Amino acid sequence: MAVPDRTLRPTPGQTVGPFFAYGVEYDRMHQVVDPYAPGAVLLAGTVLDGAGAPVPDAFVEIFGADTDGRVPRARGAFRRDDHTFTGFGRAFTTDDGRFEFFTRNPGAAPGRAAFFAAIVYARGLPDRLHTRIYLPENAAALAADPLLSALAPGERATLVAERTAEGHLRHDIRLQGENETVFLAF
Amino acid sequence: MTAHAAVAPEKLLAAPDQASQREISAEIGELHAQLRRREQAGESIRPTVFDFPAYRSSILRHPTKNLRLVDPETVELFSPAFGQRDVAAIESDLTVQHAGQPLGERTIVSGRVTDSWGRPVANQLVEIWQANSAGRYIHQRDQHPAPLDPNFTGAGRAITDEAGEYTFVTIKPGPYPWKNHANAWRPAHIHFSVFGSSFTQRLVTQMYFPGDPLFALDPIFNTIWRPQDRDSLIGVYDHDLTSPEWATGYRFDIVVDGPDATWFEPENEGE
Ligand SMILES: [Fe+2]
Repeated sequence: MAVPDRTLRPTPGQTVGPFFAYGVEYDRMHQVVDPYAPGAVLLAGTVLDGAGAPVPDAFVEIFGADTDGRVPRARGAFRRDDHTFTGFGRAFTTDDGRFEFFTRNPGAAPGRAAFFAAIVYARGLPDRLHTRIYLPENAAALAADPLLSALAPGERATLVAERTAEGHLRHDIRLQGENETVFLAF
Repeated sequence: MTAHAAVAPEKLLAAPDQASQREISAEIGELHAQLRRREQAGESIRPTVFDFPAYRSSILRHPTKNLRLVDPETVELFSPAFGQRDVAAIESDLTVQHAGQPLGERTIVSGRVTDSWGRPVANQLVEIWQANSAGRYIHQRDQHPAPLDPNFTGAGRAITDEAGEYTFVTIKPGPYPWKNHANAWRPAHIHFSVFGSSFTQRLVTQMYFPGDPLFALDPIFNTIWRPQDRDSLIGVYDHDLTSPEWATGYRFDIVVDGPDATWFEPENEGE
């Protein structure tokens, strides 16, 4: 089935500006799961600018599959309860540029690489940026991934999180510069 | 890498060079002319440009490489699911969140969220935030010495209906000064955050009001380099939406972007 021509011009994006915090904040927004729930992992990192300085007025959103690879379809990302997994979270950066989520390790179909879809927004960033945060395990699936396999090794490294000794995930986002994160268009 | 100390965001708000408006306007004109030349030479340029130094705080914060084109997969083809569970009806009326009435021009802002093929984006979340009628944000880091309004916070949420329609009742925001350059003022605007039918369609933008004299002077508005794209962010006064003895009405329709993969209804992997 062919996709018909698009008939409408998309509305262009704009920066979130400096004063988004009270507009887009909600209760437990970075707790996709309860921090003490079994299987909860901490996904944390720093948003950095082209000079390597932390970006203290950014926010990051993630949307991830459940551990079995299913895409969450449950409502309630803005009214958290203690049992519904919505897969969606939002985290502001702190004054030292750090963001944190408590969530689950996403799963994937057999042979496919597991990742979080992620979006970063910041004052000074004229439009939002899409990226992915891949889990570092399953080297064969990462090597076969259509996006990662098309990238140079240095670029690929910007999309793969690091697993800490505690089982958490560490992942920095560099808006600009030498190890600039690979950002996506669809 | 050198270690950078944490810094409070408000310390970063003032651009160091404090150029004049005349210099910034000349930069905007030159940037737009360059973009037109590049497009005429066959380059495809996105509606909002990341590399727009007239917006000073973008200089170290924009990506320098082209975005990598990729086929969306799994979660990217879905959106987080929202419903009335997530948002109370009262959250769409920004004029009733306090004991008294906020000051300013009461305004109804309503529109339809669709995809690029005109299909409604139903049951999705729209968030707005804005300054009050004096141009002051309630945000603690806003240091503009205009009055706060004890009856106005300036944040709202709504869930689109089956036709993709949303409606907010609010107060028309005032323009406000910022520190991008000397005597810099933002045209009055409402910030919008919209979830589409897929995560790839996520949109954060700003809605403006017709006839604002600050349009040509504002580097943020002009990061959108084509005039017709800038025009699409200006709400349209709609007398049929204006409510007698009550509120003026503006229409602001929103189109979330493709991609082609979103034309197909995705198989529901969650069920
Ligand atoms: Fe603003």
